[in-house]
Amino acid sequence: MFAYALRRLFSGALLLVVMSMVTFLLFYASSSTPERYACGQKCTAQQLEQTKAALGYDEPITTQWAKFAKGVVAGREFPDDEALREAAPELVTQCEAPCLGYSTGYGETVRDLISDRLPVSVSLALVAFALWIIIGVLLGVMAALFKGRVLDRGIVALSLIAFAFPTFFVGQIFLTYVSIRWGLVDTPRYSPIAEAGPWAWLTGLMLPAITLALVYMAGYIRITRAFVLETQTEDYIRTARAKGLPQRTVIGKHTLRAVLTPLVTLSGLDLAGLLGGAIITESIFNFNGVGKLSVTAIARFDLPLIVGIVLLVAAIVIAANIIVDMLYAVIDPRVRLG
Amino acid sequence: MSLTASSVEQPGDSEFHEPEGDDKAAGKVGVEGRSPAKLAWARFRKDRLSMVSFSVVVLFFAIAVLTPILVAAGVLKPQDSNQDLLNLMTGGLPTEGMSLAHPFGIEPGTGRDLLSRILLGTTLSMTIALSGAIITVIIGTVLGIIAGFTGGVVDGVIGRIIDLTLSFPSTLMLLALSQVVVDRMLDLGIPSGPNGAFVNGFYIVIVLAAFGWPPVARLIRGQVLSIREREFVDAARLMGASRPRIYFKEILPNLWAPILVYFTLLMPAYVSAEAALSYLGVGIKNPTPTLGNVLSGALLYADSYPLFFFTPAIFIAVIVISFNLLGDGARDALDPKAGR
Repeated sequence: MFAYALRRLFSGALLLVVMSMVTFLLFYASSSTPERYACGQKCTAQQLEQTKAALGYDEPITTQWAKFAKGVVAGREFPDDEALREAAPELVTQCEAPCLGYSTGYGETVRDLISDRLPVSVSLALVAFALWIIIGVLLGVMAALFKGRVLDRGIVALSLIAFAFPTFFVGQIFLTYVSIRWGLVDTPRYSPIAEAGPWAWLTGLMLPAITLALVYMAGYIRITRAFVLETQTEDYIRTARAKGLPQRTVIGKHTLRAVLTPLVTLSGLDLAGLLGGAIITESIFNFNGVGKLSVTAIARFDLPLIVGIVLLVAAIVIAANIIVDMLYAVIDPRVRLG
Repeated sequence: MSLTASSVEQPGDSEFHEPEGDDKAAGKVGVEGRSPAKLAWARFRKDRLSMVSFSVVVLFFAIAVLTPILVAAGVLKPQDSNQDLLNLMTGGLPTEGMSLAHPFGIEPGTGRDLLSRILLGTTLSMTIALSGAIITVIIGTVLGIIAGFTGGVVDGVIGRIIDLTLSFPSTLMLLALSQVVVDRMLDLGIPSGPNGAFVNGFYIVIVLAAFGWPPVARLIRGQVLSIREREFVDAARLMGASRPRIYFKEILPNLWAPILVYFTLLMPAYVSAEAALSYLGVGIKNPTPTLGNVLSGALLYADSYPLFFFTPAIFIAVIVISFNLLGDGARDALDPKAGR
């Protein structure tokens, strides 16, 4: 198990290195003049040159990548140019070890920018995750137990309908109707749990979290339903029933245990993808999370920030993949890692 | 290319083909040969929900084909502004709702006919989704067959490329790459089209496919792993058939069922994706309508003019639901053992 984990970590790290190279190639080399976007529409040739030098785009792509990689491992200082640093030592920004770069648009390190907004995205992801997994599994089990009857059809139909409408439309309905016109809920806003307490934190997150959960819920209902139905024909379920175990135990212990494996895979990856920001939901509800940060970064063509966020999300997804595979062996003793 | 029993087909041995012409003759004596495709179709037809969703899908394809003709003929006028029907005192809200001339009413602010815009938007959204789904399926199928059949190093490399592609946050990449790639495409001489519609639509198609093919390749690879061990593949190899021939003449015909099902499920996913990207400002832009940008433009009027807000959303939802149901129905019909 330990050797397996080590090997996976190594290949994950390797994958991340390759990804950083691909990302650099895609963003820094795909456009012949990345400085054009940073400089704006009315940019003279001279300004363009200056911007290029200031952002370090005049160096070869390999050098730019090497500097980035060194920053991640050992940290670095901005601005890059040593002469500039000596000329104005008061403007030098220290960027500590996992340094993802420096955003000229914000005048902050990418690391600080992301870590400021990460709590918002993580809170939103966790509450949404709790909602969709609890309600999704519950409805999925109910649909399976009442297979073919009105309840089953109703659950499946409703989940499909909720899934079919675009997220930004559902979010706008919640915002315009539920919150503003009918006044059922205060306008959603993020209040940190440490300052405002858990209740304000939770209620402020509720509408965006429901919006986000609706996107995923249909899939979870479907999978739970399918796997519960499949397990019902297994011998060990028949044995459990024959032993006279109550329905609660048969479903809650024996059946759900089998459904756990696919659910862990799916939810691990879904949650990981969300931790790096729910772009649409955060934009609709105006939440200052990583998702909204990336939209701003893209609008300003802030390359270091975009690359930083992309690689952060990728790292989370790769880590989640490893964790999910390790969890397999814990949940299902038949699985041998190696 | 039908779902015939090509698994027993031998290269150059036409006797094993479906005896299509003989079917009716055989039917007269009471025995009717039925190919797997016919059996699947019979199963599909028995399922009422599948048939309803199939009709709706056909209807949407009809809309997609007919709308450009009607626009060209001047029946639908997606760009004409009906300023006389707007109330300037309320900031340009229409003075009338649904009417015979404008069945879905008109857009507040611009006064354009909503029905025309939604129908043309449906055409463009469906075109994007269809092209994206076709390219996705082609890339995924070709790479999946090669990986599954060749195995070894090639399989490993394709597997790593799949891991790499799946690790990228796709929405973020679609957004972030749009400026750079669209500019690059224009440099390469891809026509911009009216209002940049062509190059922007083309961008969406290309990137949806670029990030969408890995699951298809995985699915196909899994299927090919078992198909390549079958006797008819060995036979083809022994007869000296070339690799491409084995890939596309021997193996591919056995994959139509999963490809068809996956394709049907990609369509709604891409219609939704186009809408989401429109909201984030990527893709074909107003005044050229797509379902996504019509709906994004309607967000401002969610409260003041709900007709404009709800209509495009309902169109998107109906497309997504009917294609999903069709995909489920196709899966059940093609693979009865899967039984839900």
